Amino acid sequence: MRTKRTLLVLLTVLACSSLVFAGTVSGKVTYTGTPAHQKPIDMSKEPTCAKQHNPPITTENVVTGADNALENVVVYVSSGAPDDGQVPPQALTYTQKGCQYIPHVLPMHVDQEFDIVNDDQTSHNIHPLPKVNTEWNKSQPPGTAPIKEKYDKPEFIPVKCNIHPWMHGWFVVLKTSHFDLSKGAGDFKLPNLPPGKYTITAWHEDYGTQTADVTITGNETKDVNFTFKAKAY
Amino acid sequence: MNNWKPMRFIGVILVVAIFGLLTALSSAQDEPMVGPKPPLVVKPMESHIGNITGHAADAKSDYRRYCAGCHGDYGDASGENAVWLDPKPRDFTIATFKCRSTLTGTLPTDEDLFNTIARGLTNSNMPIWNTFTKQQRADLVAYIKIFSPRWEKEKAGTPISIPAEPPVTMESISHGQALFAKLECWKCHGTHGEGNGPSASTLTDSLDNPIRPYNFALGKNDSRFKCGSTNQDIYKIFMTGVDGTPMPSFADVIQPNDAWDLVHFLRTLQVHRHSKENDLLMAAHGVIPPYQDKGAPPAAAPADNKSPGGGQ
Repeated sequence: MRTKRTLLVLLTVLACSSLVFAGTVSGKVTYTGTPAHQKPIDMSKEPTCAKQHNPPITTENVVTGADNALENVVVYVSSGAPDDGQVPPQALTYTQKGCQYIPHVLPMHVDQEFDIVNDDQTSHNIHPLPKVNTEWNKSQPPGTAPIKEKYDKPEFIPVKCNIHPWMHGWFVVLKTSHFDLSKGAGDFKLPNLPPGKYTITAWHEDYGTQTADVTITGNETKDVNFTFKAKAY
Repeated sequence: MNNWKPMRFIGVILVVAIFGLLTALSSAQDEPMVGPKPPLVVKPMESHIGNITGHAADAKSDYRRYCAGCHGDYGDASGENAVWLDPKPRDFTIATFKCRSTLTGTLPTDEDLFNTIARGLTNSNMPIWNTFTKQQRADLVAYIKIFSPRWEKEKAGTPISIPAEPPVTMESISHGQALFAKLECWKCHGTHGEGNGPSASTLTDSLDNPIRPYNFALGKNDSRFKCGSTNQDIYKIFMTGVDGTPMPSFADVIQPNDAWDLVHFLRTLQVHRHSKENDLLMAAHGVIPPYQDKGAPPAAAPADNKSPGGGQ
C-alpha cells in the first residue's frame, strides 16, 4: 500500500514537473526580397493527374503565404537536446496524389516508420536519392499496398519519380524528436523542451539553413523568428 | 674586369643550382601534404563463390592494371578515362550496384559481382572480362569491397526466389502484354519496347546524368540485357530493379508466376532475336490475343489494333 502511494506521489511530481518545466520555442519563418517565379507544371503527359489541377499547379521549391510567410521550412533542435532515441509514435504518410507529393517535405526521426501511398490512377516509382542512407527504387502501381520504409541515418534526401519528372519532394531524417514544418503562415512550434540551451536550425530546400540560439529556463514560450533571403533565380 | 666574367657566370650557376635544389627539396617535403587523398588501405576483404575464396590483397595489381583506368585507384569512378565515358563507370564507394539477385537497396551477392565482371555491361564501356581466371575474378570481387564501409557493416541481400519457368504459351505472352500495359513499363520503354516512351527523354540516373531506357528491338541473336541474357536474368532485372538508375524494383507488385508471363512477353519485343516466344508468335501470325482475366468481364478491345512486338 505504502509503495503504491509513494509511486503515485512520484508519478504526480514527475507529471507536474514536466508540465511546469516544459518550454516551447515558436515563431514564424519569413523571407525578404523576391522569390523565384514558380513555373506551372505541364502534366499533359499524365491526363489523370492533369485533370485534377485546374489551373495547373506550380513547382513547390518556394511556397509562400501572406505577409512574406515561408512554408515548407523544417525547424528543428540541432543541438542541446540529447536524442533519447525515442522515435515519435505518430505514423507518417507520404502521399502521391495528382502526381504531386503530399507533403512536399516530410520531416521524420531516424528509424521512424512512414507509409508511402499511391492515391493516383497511374503508376509511380518512388526513388529517393540518399547519399548516406541506402538508395532504393520501387514501383507502386495504382491500388497496391502502401510501401513501409524508414531511414537509419540523419540526412536530407531528395525524392523523385522517374516516370513523372516534375515530381519532386524531400525526406528530412533527423536525430531529434523536436522538429516541425512551417505552415501556410510560416508558423512553427517546438513544444516540450526541458530547461537548457538549444540551437534551433531552420532548413529550406532552396535557401539553405539558418540557426538561432535560445535558452529555456522554465515553463515559458520563446519567440524565435527566421528570415531567409529569397533568391530571384 | 676580365677575371670577373667567369666568376659571375659560376655564381649565377650556383645560385640557380641552389635555388633548384631548394625547390626540389621543399616540393619533396610538401608531397604528402599536396596529395588530396590518404594512401589506400587494402582491407582484408574476402569473397566466396562456390568453393573459391577471393582475397582483396591478391587483386591489387589486376585492379590497378585493368580496372583503375575507369573506376579510379580509390574506386570512386575518377579514373583518367571516366570523363569520356557514358554511362559513367561504377563508383564503388557508394556501393550501389545495377545487377543483383537481391532486393533493391541491398548489397549484391558475391556471385552477382563475379558474374557481372565476366559478362560485362551491355551498352556501356565495361567489357567482357572472361579472360580472367575464376580466382582472379573472385579476388577482384573481394577488392571492390575495400572501397565502401557498407561491406563491413551489412550482409549481402538474400537472393529472390525464382520459381521454375512455366512453358511458353500464347496465354502467358498475352498476360505478359497486359502486365506491360498495366504496370506502365511503356511509359519509359515505349509501347513496342523501343526505349521511346513518353518519359524516356527526361530520364536521369542517380548522379543526374542522362540515361536511356533499354531498347528491346535493337540487336539480333546476340542481343543482351544489361544484366545477362537468359530468361532468368530478365526476371531478376525487373523484379530487383537496376539500382542507381530510373528502373525500379517490381518485387512487391508482381506475383512470381505473373513475372514469368512478363518475361515471355518481353522476349517478343526483341523482334530480331530468335526465341521460342517469337516462334510461337510467328505461328500465330504475329497477333497476340487480348488477355482475358478469368472470372473478370471481357476487356474492351484496345483502340490500337496493332499489337506491340509482332515477331516478324
